[in-house]
Amino acid sequence: MNLVDDILKDAPVTPPVKYTAKDFQSDQDVRWCPGCGDYSILAQVQRVMPDLNIPKHRIVFVSGIGCSSRFPYYMETYGFHSIHGRAPAIASGLKIARPDLMIWVATGDGDGLSIGGNHLIHVCRRNVDLKILLFNNEIYGLTKGQYSPTSEVGKVTKSTPYGSIDHPFNPLLVALGAEASFVARTLDRDPKHLQTIIRRAADHKGTSFIEIYQNCNVFNDGAFFKYTEKETKDDNVVFIEHGKPMVFGKEHDKGIRLEGFTPTVVSLKDGKYSASDLIVHNEKDTMLSFILARMSSIPDLPRPVGVVYSVERPLYEAEVSKQIQQATQKQGEGNLEKLLNHGETWTIK
Amino acid sequence: MNKAFKNLDEVTIRFAGDSGDGMQLTGMQFTSTTALLGNDLSTLPDFPAEIRAPAGTLFGVSGFQIHFGSTEINTPGDACDVLVAMNPAALKVNLRSLRDGGIIIANSDGFNEKNLKLAGYESNPLEDGSLSKYQVHAVAITKLTHNALDDLGLSNKLVERSKNFFALGMMYWMFTRPLEPTIKWIQEKFKKNPEFIEANTRVLKAGYAFGETTEIFAVRYEVKPAPLAPGKYRSVTGNEAVAWGLIAASVKSGLDLFLGSYPITPASDILHELAKHKNFRVKTFQAEDEIAGISSAIGASYGGAIGVTTTSGPGMALKTEAMGLAVMLELPLIICDVQRGGPSTGLPTKTEQADLLQALYGRNSEAPIPVIAASTPADCFLTAFEAVRIAIKYMTPVIILSDGYLANGAEPWLIPLVGSLPDIAPKFRTDPEGFQPYMRDERTLARPWAIPGTPGLEHRIGGLEKEHITGNVSYDPENHEFMVKMRQAKVDRIADDIPPAVVEGDQKGDLLVVGWGGTYGAIRTAVEEKRKEGKSVSHLQLKYINPFQKNVGEILYNFKNVLVPELNLGQLARVLRAKYLVPAITLSKVQGLPFKAIEIENKIDEILGTTR
Repeated sequence: MNLVDDILKDAPVTPPVKYTAKDFQSDQDVRWCPGCGDYSILAQVQRVMPDLNIPKHRIVFVSGIGCSSRFPYYMETYGFHSIHGRAPAIASGLKIARPDLMIWVATGDGDGLSIGGNHLIHVCRRNVDLKILLFNNEIYGLTKGQYSPTSEVGKVTKSTPYGSIDHPFNPLLVALGAEASFVARTLDRDPKHLQTIIRRAADHKGTSFIEIYQNCNVFNDGAFFKYTEKETKDDNVVFIEHGKPMVFGKEHDKGIRLEGFTPTVVSLKDGKYSASDLIVHNEKDTMLSFILARMSSIPDLPRPVGVVYSVERPLYEAEVSKQIQQATQKQGEGNLEKLLNHGETWTIK
Repeated sequence: MNKAFKNLDEVTIRFAGDSGDGMQLTGMQFTSTTALLGNDLSTLPDFPAEIRAPAGTLFGVSGFQIHFGSTEINTPGDACDVLVAMNPAALKVNLRSLRDGGIIIANSDGFNEKNLKLAGYESNPLEDGSLSKYQVHAVAITKLTHNALDDLGLSNKLVERSKNFFALGMMYWMFTRPLEPTIKWIQEKFKKNPEFIEANTRVLKAGYAFGETTEIFAVRYEVKPAPLAPGKYRSVTGNEAVAWGLIAASVKSGLDLFLGSYPITPASDILHELAKHKNFRVKTFQAEDEIAGISSAIGASYGGAIGVTTTSGPGMALKTEAMGLAVMLELPLIICDVQRGGPSTGLPTKTEQADLLQALYGRNSEAPIPVIAASTPADCFLTAFEAVRIAIKYMTPVIILSDGYLANGAEPWLIPLVGSLPDIAPKFRTDPEGFQPYMRDERTLARPWAIPGTPGLEHRIGGLEKEHITGNVSYDPENHEFMVKMRQAKVDRIADDIPPAVVEGDQKGDLLVVGWGGTYGAIRTAVEEKRKEGKSVSHLQLKYINPFQKNVGEILYNFKNVLVPELNLGQLARVLRAKYLVPAITLSKVQGLPFKAIEIENKIDEILGTTR
C-alpha cells in the first residue's frame, strides 16, 4: 500500500450526508457578467451533483483559461484552475494517478478547441474517464471579443473588422473524429435537458464530451437563440433520444428521414410520411453519429440536441492499472535492491 | 606464435563505422567486459541523429569511445590510442581524435572505390602513405567474417552484420580480455535465434584467433584492474541512473512515480527505462506533446504522486508555461532536462550545457525553481533522488540538469546499499481543522499537500495569484509582492538544507576551477595534472545551482582567480559574477563534444603561466 492509499483508507466512499445543491456552492463570489449563460450551467451542475451519490471530497473540477474555466472556483469540491488549454492533460495525469476520483473538465470553445485542441482530441482517443463540459459561445469572452474557432465565417469582431475567414470547427465532429465514447449536445437555456445530459455524462464510463450552447450576452448575444428560445426552438432543434424516431416542430409535425446518407426534413402532416419512415436514433451507431453531427453544418436542418453517441470501450486508466497488476504478478512487487543489482555486476575486494 | 605483452596504465579506443555497423553495440560490449575485469572507465557514444544514414557517408558515421585503465579514469579520453575504422568515412571523421603514433585498425574490405569516393578520398589512405605517422593495420574483416561463416549458408546481409564481432574479437585479443561475457550476452540476446548465436560467436572467436595468429600484430597489451573502492559494482549510464534514482525515491517515500513525457533525444531512454518497471507501480504516460507531458505530471502530483517529466532543450522550452503554473501551485514536480546542442533542433545527439540560464530564468515573471546538476553518469542516481527529496519537502518543482554526454556515457558504479539512502517523508495534510491551502510550514515555508480524496479539505488552486494563507484569488498589490517574495524565500531556504560545497585540492590558492554538470571528469583530470606539476589550483564542482550552497562565496574569495569551463558561452560564469562579484574567467566550448582535459590544462597554464 502506498502512502496515498494509506491516508485515504478511511475516507468515506459515499456521501456522509444527503447533499443538496447548496452543498456544492463554494464561498467564492461568482464573477461572471450578469446574464451570462454560465450561471445556468453552474446551477444545473450543482443541482445534479447530489444525485450522483459521490462524496464531495472525491470530486475534482479542472479547467483551463477563459470565462468557463472559472467554474472550479464556484464548486465546493476540489478544484484546479490551470493554464490555457491544458485542462485535459492535467486531468488525464490526475485520473491515471488517482482512478478513484471523479473528474470534470470545464472548458470553452477557445480553450478546448483552439489552444488546447491537441489535448482534447488525445484525451478522447485514449478514453480517460473525464467528463468534459465544453461551453461553446462561439466567441472569445475573457479577452474581450475576438472570433473563436467555432465562430461562423464572416464574423465581425475586434480582431476581424472585415469579417472572419476561418472555417469553423464542428465540436461534435471533432470529438467523434477523435473517437470519444460519449458525445452529446445540450443548451444553457434548457435546464432540464442540461441536467439530463450532465447526469448521463456522470454515469458514462469513459471520456464524456458535452457541447453546451452557451450565450455570451456581452460579446455574442443571441448566437444560439434560434435553438434556445421558445418562439424558434421547436422548429430548429430536434431532441434526439435513443430508440425514438426523430420528430420535431411545434406541432410534432416534422421529422428527419435518411435519403441515402443525407438527412432530410419531411412533413408528417400530408400523409406521405409517418414516424416509421424517420431515423430511429441509436446512440451506439457510429455512422449515424457522424450524420447527426454533420447536420449542424447544413443550414436548413434542425440541430440535433441530446446524446449523439454513447458506447463502452476500455478505460485508459484501468488499462494502466491492469498492466501494473500484471507486471507485479509476473515479476513480484518491485524490489529496489534487486533492481540496482540486476544484470552484470562485479565485486572489488 | 608468442607475442610480447606490454603493460599500460590507460588506453583509449574508438570504434567507428556506419550507423548500421553496430559500433554502439560493439563499444558497449567492450565496456561491459572491461568493467568486469575491474578497470575504471568512461565512455563516449558519438552517433548521428539519422537512424540509418546512407552507408559509407561522412554524416552516417557512428562512433563509440572508451577510456579505461588501472588508474582513476574521469573522462572518455582526450585522444585515442586505437581507432577501429570500418570504412573510409569512419577513418576520415575520426582521424583527428587519434594521437600521433596511434594505432589504426581498418577494415580494408570497406575501403573500396565507392566508399572512398563517398568519403571524399582521392586515393586509398591505407595505401598512399598519408597515414605514415600512425601504425596502420589493414585487416580484411569482411572477407575473414565470410570465411568464418562459409559453411552456414547465411545470407550476405547477415554475414555482413556480424563483422563488428570480428573487430570486437580482435580488440579483446589485443587488450587481453575474455570472450565469455560477450558470448553469454550473445546467447541471451539471440536466444530465439540459434543461427545468430552460432554466427556471432564464431565471428567473435575468429577475430580473437586472428589476433593470435596473424603476423600483423606483434604486441598485445594488458591493463591491470584499477584500485577502486571495495564493493559491488555495475556499469551505469546517466539515463539509467536518473530512472533508478527516481524509482528509489518512490520506494523510499512510499509515493507512486508518474512520468509524463514526450519522446525526445537524448532523454527518451529515461522513459524507456521507467516503462519497464511497472512492478514498482511506476506509471509512464507517453503524452501527445511536451506540454501534456508536464501537465499530466502536475495533475499526478496534485493527486499525491511524484510527478516527473523528462525532456531536452526544445521540449523544455515548450514546458515553460506549465513550469510557472507549478511554481504558483507550489506542488512537487521533477523536470529533468537532458541538454543537447542547440538552439532550436540544434544537434540532437550531441552534448551541450547551454540550458542553464533557461533552467534558472526561462519563465515569465519571477518564477524561482531549484536547479541541481549531475556531474557523472552514476551521479545522476543521487541527483534524481535529491531532486525528489527537495521537491516534496519544499512543495516546489525542481529541475534536474543532465546532458547528452552523461545520459549516454557509462562508468562503473559502486552500487549503493538501499539502507544507506536517506528516507523521504512526505506529509499529506489530513486534518480539516484550521486548514488553509496556502498556510506555511514555518521552517521550510512549504504549503500543505492536500490531495483530492481527503474529506474536509476541498479547496481550489490555480494559476491566478493567491492570497497569502487562504489561497483565494487575489489581485491585491501588496499581497502580490508578498507572495513573489515568499516563493523566492522558500527556494532560498533550501540552502539551509543541503551540504556545504567541497573543494578538491587546497582551500586557498591562485586558481579555482569551477564547473557544473558533466564537465566534472575533464576538470578533475586537468586540475590533478596541474597540481602534480605543483600549480596552486583547486576544483569546485557545483551540484546545486539554485540555490547555491551557502559557502560558495567564501570559497570563491579564497582564490586569486576563478576559471569556469562550460559547454556554452559562459552561463554559470555570468551567474557567479552577478551574485558574487568575482571576475570569473570563462573557458567556453560549443562543439557538441565534451571538454578534453588538455583544453582545460592549457587554459590553466595560460592563467597561471607555464613556469612554476
